[in-house]
Amino acid sequence: MPKCVEMRGIVKQYPLVRAVDHVDFSVHCGEIHSLLGENGAGKTCLMRILYGMTMPDEGRILIDGKETVFHSPKDAIKNGIGMVHQHFLLSPVMTVTENIIVGKEPVTEHHLLDMDDACGKVQKLIDTYHFGIDARAKVQSLSVGEQQRVEILKAIWRGAQILILDEPTAVLTPQEVDELFLIMRRLKAAGTGIVIITHKLKETLAIADTISVLRSGKMIRHRQSLGGVTMEELATMMVGREVELNVHSDKKPSGKPYFSVKHCTLSDHGIQVLKDISFSIRRGEILGIAGVEGNGQSELAEVLTGLRKPDRGEMYKGEERVEGDAKTMIHKKIGHIPEDRLVRGLITEMSVATNIILGYHDDRRFVRHGFLDGKAIVAYANTMIDEYQIKTPNARARVSSLSGGNQQKIVVARVISQDPDVLVVCQPTRGVDVGAMEYIHHRILDLKERGKAVVLISADLDEVMNLSDRIAVMYEGRIVAIKDKDDVTFDELGLLMTGGADHA
Amino acid sequence: MHKGVAGSLVVPIASFFLAIVVSGLIMAVCGYNPFSAYGIIIEGALGSFRGIGNSLVQATPLIITGLAYMIAKKATMINLGVEGQLYIGAMAAALVGMTDLHVSSAMHIILAIAAAMMIGGLAGLFIGYLKVQFGSNEVITTTMTNFILINFTSYLANYPLKAEGATAQTKRMLDSALLPKIVAGSQLTWAFVIAVACAFVVKVFIDRTKVGLEIKCVGLNLPASETAGISVKRVMMLAMFLSGAVAGLAGALQVMSVNRRFVAGFSPGYGFSGISVAALANDSALGIILSGIIFGVLKNGANYLNMSSRIPTEFVSIVQAFVVIFVSAPLLIEDIFPFLRRTKEASK
Repeated sequence: MPKCVEMRGIVKQYPLVRAVDHVDFSVHCGEIHSLLGENGAGKTCLMRILYGMTMPDEGRILIDGKETVFHSPKDAIKNGIGMVHQHFLLSPVMTVTENIIVGKEPVTEHHLLDMDDACGKVQKLIDTYHFGIDARAKVQSLSVGEQQRVEILKAIWRGAQILILDEPTAVLTPQEVDELFLIMRRLKAAGTGIVIITHKLKETLAIADTISVLRSGKMIRHRQSLGGVTMEELATMMVGREVELNVHSDKKPSGKPYFSVKHCTLSDHGIQVLKDISFSIRRGEILGIAGVEGNGQSELAEVLTGLRKPDRGEMYKGEERVEGDAKTMIHKKIGHIPEDRLVRGLITEMSVATNIILGYHDDRRFVRHGFLDGKAIVAYANTMIDEYQIKTPNARARVSSLSGGNQQKIVVARVISQDPDVLVVCQPTRGVDVGAMEYIHHRILDLKERGKAVVLISADLDEVMNLSDRIAVMYEGRIVAIKDKDDVTFDELGLLMTGGADHA
Repeated sequence: MHKGVAGSLVVPIASFFLAIVVSGLIMAVCGYNPFSAYGIIIEGALGSFRGIGNSLVQATPLIITGLAYMIAKKATMINLGVEGQLYIGAMAAALVGMTDLHVSSAMHIILAIAAAMMIGGLAGLFIGYLKVQFGSNEVITTTMTNFILINFTSYLANYPLKAEGATAQTKRMLDSALLPKIVAGSQLTWAFVIAVACAFVVKVFIDRTKVGLEIKCVGLNLPASETAGISVKRVMMLAMFLSGAVAGLAGALQVMSVNRRFVAGFSPGYGFSGISVAALANDSALGIILSGIIFGVLKNGANYLNMSSRIPTEFVSIVQAFVVIFVSAPLLIEDIFPFLRRTKEASK
């Protein structure tokens, strides 16, 4: 098993971009190495090469100094390298043991699967690292954090000595993040080397022994120790300029409620996903909605924006009751930045220009004599591209060719430029880099300062804490608490998010 | 963007030639000489003005059914009912055409076409309605409505509307409702011009109108379209209406230029050939003109195969089917011609 994996002079060229440009990278057993970089900096690409999912155009991979070529993840696994992807690859209806042993099943001498033996072995492994899960439990009964541990175990089961974690904290609550870090430290103590891909600087500072920073495919810093490095310095390394990390506004909202939701309920396949939701927002106020994903936030956004009709409940904007489909809501100036830009936000096979006007394409500005006015649309798109600093070759480029941050800016530009009175914004900076995050946060605050009402749904507690005036916590379809930002701590929120309110 | 067009042509062209080669091999295995077969086809279909004219006559319904299939597909609907919609459209045109309406010839033609498109459109709309309202799979409903429409029109031509004589056909249409020939003595009528014009209209509609954009959006990303306030159900029904209307037009032009009356079972599967036409054109409206002509040449050439050799014309249908198979398996084509992959990547 390897002590040290080295990548030397790695190059990966795609038709238009050099994703990885002569990069050296190494990771040793018994260390936690944070690989930092903006989206599109090449982090994931580099790690896919290390895990055998992508072949590099140039460069070598050395394991304990010996050159090795990985044709597929199989080769990487054979050489003690494991990877936990952002999206888990587990079968929910099968047990923890079944998920872990698949591909490397223990068999009896008659080549039959010995499930009891397997369960025992898996449970032993779980206990060694104090993972606290039951080897016989069904994966679907586990929390997200526990499922992640199953993924980690899967890699260890296959003999991983070097473990790559791709954005492991993106889906976790603060408490779960703490637990994950505990587990990572235990693995480290047991001699495992861990590469953690992240763009969350706070977490890097909390867990990493050493960092490497990628920017535009080039290694800016390799194996720098963390002593004395601040978050601001890390951000500057990543982006190449100074970045304002905690964008916030001190302007206090005032006046009477402007946008209110009263007693909203919604069922999905017989299960109540929204239970008697009520809240109201004043002009110039951001209401943050925190919660572990899957507790009704997505459904709430769909109800607020007319994509789903609630079973019961009313919405008011000013004095006027609002109801209807998505189109009606857009016309009532209730803007929607959806949670997943690739699902609900963008038509990636279409041009930047078309996506910028999508949903507003029947606007008089874009139609002439009954036909879409291509020139006017491109001209408008160009002003948006400038105004929102969208990095694209031109307005006619396909959205799929842009980075995540720039794709998100298109959605933000489309909605905010139409000057909505109420903005429902979901996971606005998921998977976008610090530079774009700073920009998008400024735009949302700008809307607030102009006296608009904003509903901010986000799983990123830092984001919710920084931007919101008040924070509502959703748990199992219910709003369990609405608190003033100044009256609540990070940990209290985390507890509320996991249904801990009763015990608090 | 222009490079993208070149890239998108590579797979269809390669597929077409691969289909020619594979069908040729099958011919050879069956004991026929593929070179002489293709020779006869080319010679017959393109060797004379008459041949070319007839090829374009054959191409006319194929272009239109290709467009019909493509419009529905842009909105994610698979309209296998083009054939049935074509029949009902043809019957409507024939009925209007054989009735003396005391109008000018131009008006008579327009009314016949309008009736055909309206009823074809309604047949399509019905499918769209079933889909968005009840979630019926349109592949099943269109296949089934084909039986209904084809047999119903056949019944009409066999019983209530049957003209004197042995054949199951309606009365001859009035001359005022027939499309004039472009060149006297040739089979080629204005139907071909209408088919080409129809392709241009569809192109402008898809690329330049609000509804066209919405159809494309729904086809490419349904949830995003919904989020953007596009009424997905309405758009899908509209696309099916238009698809059916264009299919009806195909039927109308056929009876108004070639048959001059509704003849039971007159279509040798034009509606289904439209799938091949659209596939070979990679769903591009103007490309469909070209691919329609290519298939028209093959179909027309097949008649000469019959006349001048003992090679069965069924081989032409085999070519057509292979084109669809290869076009719909672009990865297969890239595996067979690895250099295409580089061309494609470079064109990105």
